[in-house]
Amino acid sequence: MEILIQQLFNGLTIGSVYALVALGLTLVYGILHIPNFAHGALYMMGGYVTLTMMTKFGLHYWIAIFVSIIVVGLIGVLMERLVFHPLREAPPIHDKIAAIGILLFLEAFAQKFWGADYQSMPTPYESVVKIFGLTITMQRLLIVIAAIVVMVLLYLFLKKTYTGATIIAMSQNREGANLVGVNTNKVAMLTFMISGGLAAIASSLSAPINLVFPGMGQLVILKAFVIIILGGMGSIPGAIVGGYILGFSESLGATYISNDYKDIIAFILLVIILTVKPTGLFSKGGH
Amino acid sequence: MSTILNKKIVIPVLVLLAVFFPFMTQNNTYIIHVMTLSFIWMIGVYGLNLLAGYTGYLSLAHAGFFAIGAYSLGILTVKAQMNFWLAFLLALVITSVLGLIVGVIALRTKEHFFAIYTLCLGYILYLVIDKWESLTEGVRGLIGIPAPANIGPIKFDNELSNYYLVLVFLLLVVLVMYRIIHSLSGRTYIAIRNSEDLAQTIGISTMKNKLTVFVLSTFFAGLSGALYASFVRFIGPDIGAIPITFDLLTYLLVGGIGTLSGPIVGTLLIVWLSQFLQDLQDQRMLIFGPVLTLLVIFYPRGIVGGVSSLFHMIKSKGSQKSTTVPKARTAKEMVIEKNTISDKQVKEG
Repeated sequence: MEILIQQLFNGLTIGSVYALVALGLTLVYGILHIPNFAHGALYMMGGYVTLTMMTKFGLHYWIAIFVSIIVVGLIGVLMERLVFHPLREAPPIHDKIAAIGILLFLEAFAQKFWGADYQSMPTPYESVVKIFGLTITMQRLLIVIAAIVVMVLLYLFLKKTYTGATIIAMSQNREGANLVGVNTNKVAMLTFMISGGLAAIASSLSAPINLVFPGMGQLVILKAFVIIILGGMGSIPGAIVGGYILGFSESLGATYISNDYKDIIAFILLVIILTVKPTGLFSKGGH
Repeated sequence: MSTILNKKIVIPVLVLLAVFFPFMTQNNTYIIHVMTLSFIWMIGVYGLNLLAGYTGYLSLAHAGFFAIGAYSLGILTVKAQMNFWLAFLLALVITSVLGLIVGVIALRTKEHFFAIYTLCLGYILYLVIDKWESLTEGVRGLIGIPAPANIGPIKFDNELSNYYLVLVFLLLVVLVMYRIIHSLSGRTYIAIRNSEDLAQTIGISTMKNKLTVFVLSTFFAGLSGALYASFVRFIGPDIGAIPITFDLLTYLLVGGIGTLSGPIVGTLLIVWLSQFLQDLQDQRMLIFGPVLTLLVIFYPRGIVGGVSSLFHMIKSKGSQKSTTVPKARTAKEMVIEKNTISDKQVKEG
């Protein structure tokens, strides 16, 4: 029983990270209708920037995360301006290839700049707390809480502010949003900024319990794709729920099925979903 | 194209060049080795080209099928001690049958879903090869794969004979591709790429055609993998990993996606460039990554596409006032534009 609860909490932690990454991905998909294969590279850059800020510049953990959000957000904006904006009328295969090009570049860049070895990130929250008989490290608790705070803030931003509403409007109908005077270029840039920021938060939060290395984004991004297909491409609640579902199934699968094959769970799940329903769960129908 | 570059002259010259290439290098084993490897990659790239370039379905599991071809040959010859050519044939059959099974399911998805689906599938294939140690030896890799067995008096015990073996296979693949692209099927595939709904409306069975292309594409990948295994004679799970798919995609994009000569141009260029930049081995993506992105933005049809549209521009300047590639704006215009481009592609070949 205790193992089960411990594993459920682990699932909650992993799920929070997945949900944050998937949120960024689903926002971009909603706006531009492209699967951003380079999102995992943004996640990786976020981890490295936070790490560098903490070790090289001696900044506090939270300030380092803030810098990381800004830097990765700006990389996202640059990506939109330089790559996806010129390609907006091109056939869909071009966006994907361009995104792969960015992904390859950023990974090689990280390897050149920070080296290929695994690095661990120090955290000020290493203490262990006991809640209801569970031993939990502060960092894991922090991940869960911070993720929820970020999600609530994002929700309020999208629902209660004018700028947030423009993002939703554009994801519903690009031409329509343009007609009623929404500056779609600005909104696209803003979305990439948020998406990059979310990736940076997710990686900075999870880096202390995992490690930082050039390929750290690869598995996460693949799983984020599984999540947004699970939750419906472009759907925000879907990304959150999907993230937690995947987190739980992985941590339970690792304990009760096989630790070696835990990474495969997500992909088997995806293959099954797409085999049964080729347009993804909760698709809006039509072509 | 201009009269000097007439197809009837260019192709035999290129083939002769390839045949006499080893003598020009004075049997330099290093150069022949690299050349043979690039020929092997080309076959794989042709598979990707047929699927992504002509039907518009980007399969990111291509390296997985490459690995299946290589591992089938390796396991059949090393573990089952089977005759080489029988194993070679079986490897192709295994890859194609797996391709058929995967294709039936994967092709129900479209566009992004297909890319994500195959990406995940490629990862599963890699994981299975990596973890199924009793069959594939896992990370240790398969060692001691035999060289191709003799065919009558012909032996394949040195670089030179392997070079010619691979060259023969490559020429066969190019011939098959040429025949496909210039047939009604080839035009059908292009129709599917340009608009699947439209293709369906005019009575094309899209699923049947897509499946044929997918199986052919995995067949080429398997052929390329089997040749790789018999040439390098050692294989590890890395050959099925995603980076190999990205490598193949880079070769294709640089040469020209959806063109017949693109895979040859792109592979030769990048493989030799990588040889010269060997110090950069790990960082070569620092250059090739942006190249890939820039090409897609400015020259979506790579070097071959860029050169051929240049020729068309020069040619049409004489007869018409200007037919520079129009900037597509509306969906309708785009379809029309795409059609003219694919027409050019077919002619240019």
